Amino acid sequence: MALTFNQLIFILQGTLWTIALAAIGFVGGGIIGLVIALMRVSRNRWVNGAAALYVQIVQGIPLPVLMFLAYFGLSLGGVNIPAVVAAGVSMTIFAAAFLGEIWRGSIQAVPRGQREAAESLGLSRWHTMADVILPQAVRLSIPPTVGFMVQIVKNTSYAVVIGFTELTQSGKIVNNVIFEPFLVFTIVGAIYFCLCSPLSRASRTLDARMRARGA
Amino acid sequence: MKYQFDFGFLWDPDNDYVLEFLHGAWLTLQLAVLAIIGGFLLGTFLATLRTGRISWARRAVAVYVEIIRNTPLLVQTFWLFFGLAGAGYRIPAFVAAALAMSLNVAAYSSEIIRAGIESIPKGQIEAAQSLGLRPLRILRSIVLPPAIEKVMPALISQYVLLMLATSIMAQISVEELMAAASRITSETFRGFEIYIVVAAVYIALSILLRLALRGIGWLAFLRTRGLG
Repeated sequence: MALTFNQLIFILQGTLWTIALAAIGFVGGGIIGLVIALMRVSRNRWVNGAAALYVQIVQGIPLPVLMFLAYFGLSLGGVNIPAVVAAGVSMTIFAAAFLGEIWRGSIQAVPRGQREAAESLGLSRWHTMADVILPQAVRLSIPPTVGFMVQIVKNTSYAVVIGFTELTQSGKIVNNVIFEPFLVFTIVGAIYFCLCSPLSRASRTLDARMRARGA
Repeated sequence: MKYQFDFGFLWDPDNDYVLEFLHGAWLTLQLAVLAIIGGFLLGTFLATLRTGRISWARRAVAVYVEIIRNTPLLVQTFWLFFGLAGAGYRIPAFVAAALAMSLNVAAYSSEIIRAGIESIPKGQIEAAQSLGLRPLRILRSIVLPPAIEKVMPALISQYVLLMLATSIMAQISVEELMAAASRITSETFRGFEIYIVVAAVYIALSILLRLALRGIGWLAFLRTRGLG
């Protein structure tokens, strides 16, 4: 059987959900990830340790397990929550751990002298961080952050385990009807490639440009 | 929110769920080890081609790496498993999973190992050439050992991620840890508790695997530290 127009539309709808889920993961993960990164550079042992523990645990658990935990955990009160909420929450938890580590690296990559200079100018710790360290760290963090967005887009595919109809799941559903696996999954793969490849290339270009500038 | 946590299913005398978890974890580990070995060998080969002198091979590897790195493992696995089945080749799910993961991680490994190869000073290779060593011998004895030693930490991180990614293989009915978890969930309806146990098992497995790989790296590169 051949792929019909409606089935193609169905796959494209799945694509939109993939993009939406990736966006949720990036924004949510970005907000919590920033908190994690700041906690990780804190001089307070407990604050630092708590963030380190969070990262260790989340990076040691596969994303499909996080999906199930969010799915079952959020419906413990007895209400069934939609799969998209569970998927969004677990993408957020997942992305926060990795973005937190990436951004901690960027903050720590800002030369020591910058912090020392700010301190000797009498800037408060808050101003040192917000006006001196972070603006430079943000610049350093852009290439790896864009690179990690590729991981976010690809990892939304793990939402199939809780039955969320994103791109991969919609491909699977269509394939169950027409049984043309090579055709269907080539199309699905090509769509992912179109989403991810520009991000990969942007990340590499930005990285090369930054290196060339000697930063 | 009132919720009674109940891990009682773990010591249910009628069902040996602990044994089922352990069996699943064992298959997860087997799958990971097979994929690591396959991915490392193929990745080293691809990295050699990528840094080699044959221009079409360089380009072919670059295209392969781009395709693998910009599509999800799950789609690659479906493509391979359902695709081969559709074409009339029925291979066991476990074999398909090991194959898909090897092909996937080979791309990542090759990029990591390439960075290692490119960090070897040119003088080393020129010295080997002027001693009359053949190209393959230079690769095996001069280039690859220090290159791989240098990128070992990156490889280990990649392989731990790979082990965690085996959790998706229940989707093509491989009987690993996640499949065991979903079966036990359908029998006990204790989803949340079960996946807490599963999460703990994965954390334990990732610590174990990291230690084991570090140990292997330490043993493999004794000589470079002048100990062997």
